[in-house]
Amino acid sequence: MSETAIVTRAIERRFGDNVAVAGVDLTVHEGEMYGFLGPNGAGKSTLTRLLCTLLAPTGGTATVAGHDVVHEPTAVRLRIGVALQEAALDDKQTGVEMLRLQGRFYGLTARETTRRVAELRELIDIGDALDDRVGTYSGGMKRRLDLALALIHNPRILFLDEPTTGLDPISRATVWAEVRRLNRELGVTVFLTTQYLEEADALADRVGIINRGELVAEGTPGELKRSIGTDVLVVEVGDQVENARTTLRTLDAGTGIGGVETDGTSLMVSVDDGARAVSPVALALDRAGITVQQLALRHPTLDDVFFRVTGHRIQDDEGEAP
Amino acid sequence: MSTDTAVRDDPVSARPAGFWRDLLSVAIRALRQIPREPEAIIPALVIPLFFFVVNVGALGDVATFTGVDDFKAFQIPVAIIFAVTGVSRASALVTDITGGYFDRLLVTPMHRTSLLLGLMVADLALVVALSVPVLVLGFALGVQFATGAAGVLVFLLLAGLWGLAFTGFPYAIALRTGNPAAVNSSFLLFFPFAFLTTTFLPLDALTGWLATIAQFNPVTYLLAALRSLIMEGWDATALWQGLAAIAVVGVLSFVLAFRALQGRTART
Repeated sequence: MSETAIVTRAIERRFGDNVAVAGVDLTVHEGEMYGFLGPNGAGKSTLTRLLCTLLAPTGGTATVAGHDVVHEPTAVRLRIGVALQEAALDDKQTGVEMLRLQGRFYGLTARETTRRVAELRELIDIGDALDDRVGTYSGGMKRRLDLALALIHNPRILFLDEPTTGLDPISRATVWAEVRRLNRELGVTVFLTTQYLEEADALADRVGIINRGELVAEGTPGELKRSIGTDVLVVEVGDQVENARTTLRTLDAGTGIGGVETDGTSLMVSVDDGARAVSPVALALDRAGITVQQLALRHPTLDDVFFRVTGHRIQDDEGEAP
Repeated sequence: MSTDTAVRDDPVSARPAGFWRDLLSVAIRALRQIPREPEAIIPALVIPLFFFVVNVGALGDVATFTGVDDFKAFQIPVAIIFAVTGVSRASALVTDITGGYFDRLLVTPMHRTSLLLGLMVADLALVVALSVPVLVLGFALGVQFATGAAGVLVFLLLAGLWGLAFTGFPYAIALRTGNPAAVNSSFLLFFPFAFLTTTFLPLDALTGWLATIAQFNPVTYLLAALRSLIMEGWDATALWQGLAAIAVVGVLSFVLAFRALQGRTART
């Protein structure tokens, strides 16, 4: 289990002057579920395409399943399963036809393919729909077939690029359950990209946060959130936000206050012990003549981590988070 | 039985399928798609029959002055050219590219050249199939092959090879642009090839600029070869020139298409 599934060293990809992936060092262990979290355009898909041998890096190296992605692409392709953004299917074929065709491209015999189709029917909850043309499928079913196609040849490493983008909450939960089962029961290494914090939080053993092509933070979801503090105190103060920030920065360290950050008209205060910090914070603001409009105590999220390292929210430009 | 169990217990693992199997897989998929989108081939069935009936009706009598005795026999090869020129899976290929299925194929260990050659194999089968109704109509109207049954086979082979040679152009456009509109407009190429030649009258009867262009149009030699099979008998020179014409167009279009494939599958 300690073997490495994916190793990149200073991997870089430029498109002209635009640097999509700017020197990322990444290590994913065998059997691990690694979540790559970042907003749209952060470089997630480009990195996935580099690792899946669809793109060549313009700098650095990458090894997937022990093989170099540039020099041994076929060896890499034999060992990985890939489901890219937008379920890439053929509406004119049935699910079974697509699966059997995919099996042929991976050199499986007819008997092996039959066996795999039967296994995947069990594993991926898709049922009788497999015999219908793909054009009749719902979005959720397409994603599940997409997943089944990526698994036809029993890959050791599975790449999922935004596997649940555009899915309704129920379909999303089904896909999560299936990905988790693949990882836990079959030991498949999973590299998934997502712009959903909940997804990274719920699925990933380890999360890498990418922003503008750079890996800006990495760790287990727990570690990352603890780096913010045990709790977050969100104080809504309207237009007095700068004033309030200065006030809180001067507070005694004994109150357990960590970082204070501005987020619009709110302050995000990282604290060790939320319950103990509420009174000193409220009191200090009151003494400074600042009206507190709202005060909430919550646990840190991966979005807070993202905000800490980048200065903006992941979900700024996103409308369909669950 | 024991081997059966052994196979069942072994985990399935991937291996390269090999060039020929990849080629066959792509061709099987393409051929399976054809009857499922009949709207894509109906024009190729109707247009040649339409032109055949109209040309024979309008020009049959005029043509006798230019020395063509049997204008129906003279027009059958034209109808075949209309049926097979420009037929390809290029639109389906663009759908694959824009929909992401092409990428799905590229992450498999399959041979890159089979991506295109497999489609061409399917095209060859399709264009030969499209030639059949035209020939049947000709036979029904009393057209007879001077070269007999063997001549019919050679005729179908030449038609198929011509159709195949021409597919490179739409494929090159599909792979270069990935744009459905660009592929659709590739049918414009068909017009100069199909009309600036001996479509309506024999080469001797053409005059001026059309005669000059027709002399350089490969379709002129292809039509001559096809017509010789029906109207004259085995004419080695005509057949040889027809094949050469197909080869010239084929080499040009395939070079364009496979360069475009290389560009599309390069990881740059």
